[in-house]
Amino acid sequence: MAVIPLRRREGLKALLWLSPWLAGFGVFFAYPLLATVYFSFFKYDLFSLSFTGLDNYAYFLKDDRAWISIRNTAWLVVVMVPAQVLFALGVAQLVTRLKAGVGFFRTVFYLPSLIPVTAGTVAFVFLMNPATGPVNRILGLAGVQGPDWFGDKDWSKPGLTLLAMWGVGNLMVIFLAALLDVPRHLYEAAAIDGAGAWRQFRSITLPTIRPVLMFSAVTGVIYTLQYFTQAMIAARVASGTTDAPGTAFTPGYPEMSTLTLPQWLFQTGFRDYTMGYACVLALVLFAASLVFTLILLRQFRGFEEVAS
Amino acid sequence: MSATLVAAPSRAAGRHTGVRRARARRVLYWIATHAVAVALTIAFAGPLVFVLLTAVMSDNQALTDELWPHTWNWANFADVFARSPILVWLRNTMIYAGLGTLFTLLSSVPVAYALARFRFPGRRLAFLLVITMMMLPPQVIAVPIYLIWARMDLTGTLWPLVLPMLLGDAFSIFLLRQFLLTIPRDYTDAARVDGCSDLRTLVRVILPMARPAIAATALFQFFYCWNDYYGPLLYAGENWTLSVGLASFKALHSVQWNLTMAATLLVMAPVIIVFFFAQKVFIEGVTLTGVKG
Repeated sequence: MAVIPLRRREGLKALLWLSPWLAGFGVFFAYPLLATVYFSFFKYDLFSLSFTGLDNYAYFLKDDRAWISIRNTAWLVVVMVPAQVLFALGVAQLVTRLKAGVGFFRTVFYLPSLIPVTAGTVAFVFLMNPATGPVNRILGLAGVQGPDWFGDKDWSKPGLTLLAMWGVGNLMVIFLAALLDVPRHLYEAAAIDGAGAWRQFRSITLPTIRPVLMFSAVTGVIYTLQYFTQAMIAARVASGTTDAPGTAFTPGYPEMSTLTLPQWLFQTGFRDYTMGYACVLALVLFAASLVFTLILLRQFRGFEEVAS
Repeated sequence: MSATLVAAPSRAAGRHTGVRRARARRVLYWIATHAVAVALTIAFAGPLVFVLLTAVMSDNQALTDELWPHTWNWANFADVFARSPILVWLRNTMIYAGLGTLFTLLSSVPVAYALARFRFPGRRLAFLLVITMMMLPPQVIAVPIYLIWARMDLTGTLWPLVLPMLLGDAFSIFLLRQFLLTIPRDYTDAARVDGCSDLRTLVRVILPMARPAIAATALFQFFYCWNDYYGPLLYAGENWTLSVGLASFKALHSVQWNLTMAATLLVMAPVIIVFFFAQKVFIEGVTLTGVKG
C-alpha cells in the first residue's frame, strides 16, 4: 500500500529532526546510566579502576551516613512535599475568593519562588539565626523563645520546610489556573442543593483538580529526592565554611541533620573520590525516582487517552 | 435561613433582616479573606524587607538584633563590589546563562516541533523518554558524565555546563511541545499546501505564533542557569558563579550579615527586575507546565 512509504518517510524525517536530542539521550542519559551500573562493581578514584565485585554494595549496607541521608531525604518527602502542596492549595483557594487587589496579592505570593535558591537560603539562615535574626526577635516580642533553627539538629529540617513553603509560588499559580477552570455552574447548582463550602470543596473542587494535584505531588516528590542546594548552603552558611579549594567541609551541619542522599553521593563521589561507591548511592537514588516517575508516566497515559 | 420560618405577618420585615444579615455576612467574609491575604503578604514579603533593612545597617548595628537601621548605609552595596570578585562571578554567570539559553533554544525548538507535529512510529515513546529524562535526578548519572568531561580535560571550566544544552534540554522540549500542541493543525496544513518545507513552516508560521512559549522557555532556562548551584560546584572549579560565590560569601570575606545581605540582594535584583517586566510570560509559562500531557 502507498501508506507505508509515506509513513516511513515521516519516520526518517522525524529521526533527522530528533537527532540532536537522540544524541543527547545516548551520551547524557543511556550511556551514563549503564556506566553507573558498571562502575558500581569497581573501586574507582578517577585514576585507577579495579574490580571489587559486590564490595561497594556491602559497604553501603553498613555505611551509617548513607542511611542517615536516606532517612533525611525520606523526612523531606513525607513532611515537606505535603506541606508545600497543602499550603499552595490553600493560598490558591484564598486568591480565588479575593475581590480586591487580586493581581497584587498574586504577584507577592508568586515572587519568592523566583528568588535564586542560593540567595533565598542565605537570607533564611540570616533571618532565623538566633543571635541577630529578626524571626527569633519577633518571636521573642510575642513571648516565645525561638529555637536555634539551622544550628539545631531538631530544627534544621523544619527550617528548610519553611523556606520551601516560602517559595511555593509556582505551585500556587498552577493550582490557581486549575481552580479557575472548575465550571462555576457546578458550584451554583450545589449551593442551590444546600451544599456548604466544605462539601462543595470535597465534591466539586477536589475531583476536578485531582489530576493537577496528583501531578504536582508526584513531581514534588521527585524534585525532593534531588534536594541538594538548599540543604548544602544552609549547612555551609550556618557552619561558616566556604567552597574555597582545600577547605574541609562535611555536609549535613548540624550533626548530619541536613545530609540528604544527593549530598552524600556528591561528597563520596566528587570530594572523597570513591566514585564506584558513589555509583551505588546513585542507583539507590535512581530506584527511588524511577518508582515515582513510573507513577507519573501512568498519569500521562491516562491524560492522552482522555484527550484522544 | 431562619427567615423562611418567620410567621406570615412579619414576613416582609423578616426578609429585610435576612437580606441585611446576608450582606453583613458577606462583608465579614470579605474582611476575613482579605485579612488573611494581608497576613500572607507580610509572611511572603517580610523576608525580603528584613534582608533590605539589614543590608543597609552599619557594621556595629549588624551585630545586634535590632530590626530598624539607625543609619542607612547605602555604601554597603559598593563595599560588596570592593571586597569580593562579584563582577567576575557575574561574568561567569552571564556566560553560563546566556550561552545556555541560546543553545537550549536552538536545539530544543526543532525537537519539540517534531514531537508535536510529525506522525511517526515511536512518537509516544519519545515523549515518555523526554519526561523520564526530565525527572531523572542529575546526581544519578553524575559520575560517568563527570568522567567524560575529565577525559576531555574540560572540568574546571564552564563548558560542561553549556555544551550539553546543544543536544536539547528535556524540560524546555516538554514546555515547548505542550504549547505547540495548542496551535491548530490548519495553520501548518495550509503552509504545506502552499508548498512550504517543514523548516520554512517552522520558521515562518510556527515560531511567530509560539513567541510567548519561546519567551517563557528562554526565561526559565536563563533563570535555571542563573540559580544553578550544583552544576558550577561540580564542574566550574575556580570559575565561580554568583550562586557559588554567595554561598561562601560570609565566611570567605569574614564580613557581617549586613554586607552578606547586600550581596544577597544584588544576586536577587536582576531576577526581580526582569520579573516585573515579564510577569505575564512567567505566569503563562508556569501554567503551561502544570496541565495535561
